[in-house]
Amino acid sequence: MSWKLAGSLVVFVVTLLIAACQSDESLEFKRYYSSGALVYQQHCQNCHGVNGEGLSALIPPLSDSTYLRKNITALPCYIKNGLKGQITIKGKTFEDAMPANDLSPVEIAQVLTYVSNSFGNKLNTIDEQSVQKSLANCK
Amino acid sequence: MRNTLIIGLSAILLWSACKANSDKKTLPIYGNREPVTKTVDGKQITDTIYQTIPPFKFINQYGDSVSSKTLNGDIYVVDFFFTTCPSICPIMHRNMLKVYETFKNTGNFKIISHTIDPKHDSVPVLKKYADKLGITGNTWWFLQGKKEDIYNIAEKNYLVAVKQDSSASGGYIHAGYFVLIDKQKRIRGSYDGTDPKQVDQLIADIKTLQAEPDQMIVQ
Repeated sequence: MSWKLAGSLVVFVVTLLIAACQSDESLEFKRYYSSGALVYQQHCQNCHGVNGEGLSALIPPLSDSTYLRKNITALPCYIKNGLKGQITIKGKTFEDAMPANDLSPVEIAQVLTYVSNSFGNKLNTIDEQSVQKSLANCK
Repeated sequence: MRNTLIIGLSAILLWSACKANSDKKTLPIYGNREPVTKTVDGKQITDTIYQTIPPFKFINQYGDSVSSKTLNGDIYVVDFFFTTCPSICPIMHRNMLKVYETFKNTGNFKIISHTIDPKHDSVPVLKKYADKLGITGNTWWFLQGKKEDIYNIAEKNYLVAVKQDSSASGGYIHAGYFVLIDKQKRIRGSYDGTDPKQVDQLIADIKTLQAEPDQMIVQ
């Protein structure tokens, strides 16, 4: 009887621990994502739109998952320093400059997590450390 | 049973009464007005003179000159922007595109966007901007002109504040209003061009203006 109880207690504790670990990860994602939504509203939405739709051939949409994945380490630099020159998004070329946005590394991580998990994108959490690493290697 | 019938009938009546009312909606006329008394056929008639947009002359994205005469008989919407504007202009023109798409195939309608940075926004720059926005034809004009003329007409006639300010992002501060002008060049509405709800109202109001009977148009 007491063995049975102890056994189920162990199972219960282990389950709890696993659940705690998982929710830790998703908690981090949720924190980044919800803060990122605010950063997006304040710094990006005017141009890129509430649904990341961009504006005709003037401002690119943010729904090109392939572009985001390929340029994941360059994106923090584009946000911080602005972006000039021609880029191809969803098969269309865009050539107008994006102004620099002086955001902190954590804000950049938040907004990138938000963008890369909105508008049909589904990428991993982009955390502050990886943003700092990318920023150190800006061209 | 009878009661339900009565309630149902009165509901329908009420609903149609409301509908008839909303169909008759007219837009206010903004600006100063003054009464003028004149003699017609030996009778004294008092008329109201409304404030109108005075004559102007600018150049559009095709290099053609556009004057107030060009717009005779047109309902038009006015805004002020500049092509390198990082703040509210993209939202304004995203919303204005909706107005453009709704009315581009109806006659007697124009959109005119004045640049408030004519030094940078030359005719070719405006043409390129229009092309990228996806604007063709002659429904939406991007106008260029003398800076003081643009600022004057913005503030004194369309009642939209614009100002050069190096501390503002992009170098200018300006209000994102869409101003609705009727066929007699009177202001009939002013809408926040950054608010999709107000822009929907503008679209509804343009339809109301288009339906205004002709006798109201002849002054």
